[in-house]
Amino acid sequence: MKEYWKHNLKYLVFLLTIWFIVSFGAGIIFIAQLNEIKIGGFKLGFWFAQQGAIYTFVILIIVYIRLMNKLDKKYGFHEDDNF
Amino acid sequence: MTIQIWTWILVGITFSLYIGIAIWSKAGSTKEFYVAGSGVSPLANGLATAADWMSAASFISMAGIISFEGYDGSVYLMGWTGGYVLLALLLAPYLRKFGKFTVPDFIGDRYYSNTARSVAVFCALLVSFTYVAGQMQGVGIVFSRFLEVDITTGVIIGMVIVLFYAVLGGMKGITYTQVAQYCVLIFAFMVPAIFISVQMTGHFIPQLGFGSTDDNGIYLLDKLDGLHKDLGFSAYTTGKKSMIDVFCITAALMVGTAGLPHVIVRFFTVKKVSDARKSAGWALLFIAILYTTAPAISVFSRTNLIETVSNKKYVHMPDWFKKWETTGLITFTDKNQDQAIQYVANRELNELEINRDIMVLANPEIAGLPKWVIALVAAGGLAAALSTAAGLLLVISSSVAHDLIKRMINPKISEKGELISARVAAVVAVCVAGYFGINPPGFVAAVVALAFGLAAASFFPAIILGIFYKKMNKQGAISGMVVGILMMLFYMTKFKFGWWLGGNQEHWWLGVSPEGFGSIAMIANFVTSIIVSKFTPDPPKEVQKIVENIRIPSGAGAANNH
Repeated sequence: MKEYWKHNLKYLVFLLTIWFIVSFGAGIIFIAQLNEIKIGGFKLGFWFAQQGAIYTFVILIIVYIRLMNKLDKKYGFHEDDNF
Repeated sequence: MTIQIWTWILVGITFSLYIGIAIWSKAGSTKEFYVAGSGVSPLANGLATAADWMSAASFISMAGIISFEGYDGSVYLMGWTGGYVLLALLLAPYLRKFGKFTVPDFIGDRYYSNTARSVAVFCALLVSFTYVAGQMQGVGIVFSRFLEVDITTGVIIGMVIVLFYAVLGGMKGITYTQVAQYCVLIFAFMVPAIFISVQMTGHFIPQLGFGSTDDNGIYLLDKLDGLHKDLGFSAYTTGKKSMIDVFCITAALMVGTAGLPHVIVRFFTVKKVSDARKSAGWALLFIAILYTTAPAISVFSRTNLIETVSNKKYVHMPDWFKKWETTGLITFTDKNQDQAIQYVANRELNELEINRDIMVLANPEIAGLPKWVIALVAAGGLAAALSTAAGLLLVISSSVAHDLIKRMINPKISEKGELISARVAAVVAVCVAGYFGINPPGFVAAVVALAFGLAAASFFPAIILGIFYKKMNKQGAISGMVVGILMMLFYMTKFKFGWWLGGNQEHWWLGVSPEGFGSIAMIANFVTSIIVSKFTPDPPKEVQKIVENIRIPSGAGAANNH
């Protein structure tokens, strides 16, 4: 139980760090530096603020679901779909 | 066929669909009424959450705001999607495991205190009422513009429809109508976006289109930055808000999103904890489709608008321009008497005022799209407004019937009695919301920002600490919530209503606007809670056991009525 919770917290810290970097980091704090780089018509900082951050959020939740399902199985907290 | 006939047809079809679903999914028990019997599949719940979440503001206003604010509008895009990461990782699974019906339920039980419960009920009602008034207003705008009935009639039609399926079906009816409403609204949002993207850039995917080139091989965003510069506006891709303000507003919106009761309650409707996680994922995916398209629409419509009106003769303006003029949402005053439209940043010289809300609604007309596409946007706007209104009404009715009557005033009430009071509360709430929709108080915009700030400053810290900090006690949580709410109310009333000596932008604390202040108030809540809890007794052993129990995903069972 304690182990499971520790593991869970580790995942949360890891995922929320990325969450912070793509939105507050790339889209706000370092936007001026990133805007120097251009990909197609997008300045990179602007792209993160209006597109990239959102795509990353979706991926983060998907990764979280995967990780937690694996963790649940490992510790025997998994429930079958016919529950 | 005219646009109006098309609109009546599409609105008629979608409305009969919603009513049909309501009849099919009538709720028989309080459990079905509050949480749809906890039997909703993650996919359906994801769709319903997305429709619940995306309101008239997301559908009608957001792309328009971004269109006028450029980069500064990113706060809404990041704020209103990033909140779902917090929701999925920090709240949804644990609240589902806890397995009660409402947010005040969690606060009241976790902090073993009816004082905490009352504070939570007060916040839930305040947040939901401010929000629902805005939705009804959105319904009124769409009806008056597209169906040319007056706003009052429009709001009343909307009220009757919502009343019908929210009162009859409760959460069960709302959930399945929201699934249908999501499909309608996303189709209505995407079709014009794709049309315009192809028209302007040759790309089928708007998300790529707005980063590519026009017919002359110039990047659209560079062109728009150039147009803005020529007219004296700040560059589209950089904006003019200070970095700290953008940071704080984004944070307040994210945290506020995660703390909104009508969103949280959706996660009580699924079968088990892993389903709660899954449906948060689906929800964000469905929301992201609209939220990544919106900034593209902003760029297309802004460019189109400037190219259509700037320095053009007034007599050559197209039909849509004249039509929106009659609604008063576009006004032109020929200050220098040259019969041409000067649209510039300088207030003295500018001759054109455009309401931001019309950008999405007028966009298909500006781009000259087929009539059925224009009508589709009206049906989509109504779906967005109605789905959110219904979700909020449910929170109001369950707060009154369950948290107030059942848990505090008359615990002995029978299930049938509780169900009746829930339905009565929903009827009263619809009438109040309708009243505000017809007579919109001038402060709605200010108060919606307050709703997010309040949710951020009150619920979020109390729930997070309740899950992640076993030693958090009722003294800490209550004082934290009270400090958070009072700070938020003080700051909003000071700078929005001019109370407490008022003040303007120069007087903002640390340069943070009232919209962003929720994040500061939230930090104050966290700090107060933790300090107070250090000096007061630990929570009882049973409560600490509950906390340990909600951290384990298995054995959630169905949400229960104690």
